Amino acid sequence: MMQLIRIELYKIFRRPRTYISFAIIAAIALLIELAMYADGETFIGFVTQNATEGFTLGGKLINGYLITFIILQMLLVHIPLLVALVAADAVAGEASLGTLRLLLSKPISRSQLILSKYAASIIYSLALLLWLALIGLASSLFLFGPGDLINLKSDTVIILLANDVLWRYCAAFAFAALAMTTVSALALLLSVLADNAIGPIIGTMGIIIVLTIITNLDLPVFNAIKPALLTSHLLAWKGFFSEPVPARAIAHSCLILTAYAGGFTGLAIILFKRKDIQS
Amino acid sequence: MYNLNRCKKFETSAYSTVLCTPKQINTVTIIETQHLSKRFGSFQAVDDLSFSIKAGDVYGFLGQNGAGKSTTMRMLLGLIRPDSGKIFIKGSLYTGKEAHLLSYIGAIIERPDMYGYLSGWDNLKIFARLSFRPIPDSRLYEILELVGLRGREQDKVRAYSQGMKQRLGIAIAMVHNPELLILDEPTNGLDPQGIAEMRQLIKTLSADYGKTILVSSHLLYEIEQVATRMIIIHKGKKIVEGSVSELLNPSETLIEINWNNSGEALQQLSASRWSQAIQSADTSRLLLKMHPDEVPQLNRLLVSTGADVLQIRSRHSLEDYFIQLTHDAADPHRAL
Repeated sequence: MMQLIRIELYKIFRRPRTYISFAIIAAIALLIELAMYADGETFIGFVTQNATEGFTLGGKLINGYLITFIILQMLLVHIPLLVALVAADAVAGEASLGTLRLLLSKPISRSQLILSKYAASIIYSLALLLWLALIGLASSLFLFGPGDLINLKSDTVIILLANDVLWRYCAAFAFAALAMTTVSALALLLSVLADNAIGPIIGTMGIIIVLTIITNLDLPVFNAIKPALLTSHLLAWKGFFSEPVPARAIAHSCLILTAYAGGFTGLAIILFKRKDIQS
Repeated sequence: MYNLNRCKKFETSAYSTVLCTPKQINTVTIIETQHLSKRFGSFQAVDDLSFSIKAGDVYGFLGQNGAGKSTTMRMLLGLIRPDSGKIFIKGSLYTGKEAHLLSYIGAIIERPDMYGYLSGWDNLKIFARLSFRPIPDSRLYEILELVGLRGREQDKVRAYSQGMKQRLGIAIAMVHNPELLILDEPTNGLDPQGIAEMRQLIKTLSADYGKTILVSSHLLYEIEQVATRMIIIHKGKKIVEGSVSELLNPSETLIEINWNNSGEALQQLSASRWSQAIQSADTSRLLLKMHPDEVPQLNRLLVSTGADVLQIRSRHSLEDYFIQLTHDAADPHRAL
């Protein structure tokens, strides 16, 4: 099994296309950092103008933690799409390449193959998140230094003290890792159903976009199903930047995401075992 | 290329299993199928197909495109699940779940597709690792040498020619030293020289390395030159199975004669002992099924009747045999 996972990782990280995701993350993060470095005061003045009507915000508002928060806000919504690039390609990509039949004519069981592909996708997602943490957090802290994090919500302003922030990022990244594990499982499930990689990639993106829209629509019709939707829980990492941290809600989201991941993977294995390989 | 002595030498050394399979000719059944059937929607791809491949066979799997060859081979490898019927690999029932039984088999199915963004060596290495047994690099080099890719292994597979891909496919198929090699249309897309080299490679694998080989083709003269036993399938059904030498009975050779005849010559011919042999006849073309040794006698008769014989041609026996069989099977009004 370890051997299989190593081979899957080797195949993923030897493809040039894998590094596109890393390049996109680096490009966006660095662009935001550059923009904030050049013109951050104007931006902060603009977003805090409501708040500063009532009182004055002192201290160094533009700091590494805030920049990271902005980067995360912008990027974490899109990372599922980058994760799908690899996970949705895992089976369907091999099918369209024609290597799936070669792979399965070796003495490997199909469930082993799916599980190792899933493990490899998860490791890729983790690498992506680590990269994001490195680029987002480390370089922002290096460029701007630490400081108090100001988290603006529609009706409240939360100020987190500088020495109270780092653990929240660690927790948020850990949660995001679980969320990406779930997205990988969804992409893998769709990948098993298709014989070319485009369908599952677009399918994963489509499902996440549609569910995200439903989650964000404030219509009574949808309110009943919202608690069960995958997308209602994907962004629960934001809870770590509230005070107090809604620990129960986050734990609940973790459970639901884990259940989805397990369900998707199980279904993927069942369907793959039944599938006639005609590619 | 390696010679026979190489394997014989290895059989007594620690490397006895490196690339060679001990000879166990026609005693052990490597693969047996019983009443295999598979339907895709309304299309009956494979229909009640039973056959067996014995150790040492070069087993020719013949059929037109769409006859069910690839579907059958995929079922042997567990890629496609049969609707009914049984498959035995080395005597054990294979239902598609017993992955370990696949270690007896190495296969290339249809196109030899590999990871184009990796080198030939990396591809070979990946599949060597997938066989879950330690395979030293020296052995991989030996296989590359055998298939004639030594020196090109560091090139990206994307840049390989069809023939090179086909040979890398064979290298990948035999990387774990299987007893049976399944080669699906290995000459597809090759130039004449590539075809000749592939034929030689199959002969080498069989004769020098003791491999049992299942080779499919729709080009019968290809199979005729390498196979010892064969099956012809048509529309998923077995038409005939047997040894190539039996099926190539020379009395079944088709003799085609181009001639100008007045009608009188044909009458005389019909009255002669050759009448039974006539398959079709008109004023310009005559077709007989007969032993090629009797052609001179026939020719003398034709000349004596006053007909102008323009050309006498012995048609490729297996090819005609195949066309005839598949044609007969397609047309229920004609008996075999």
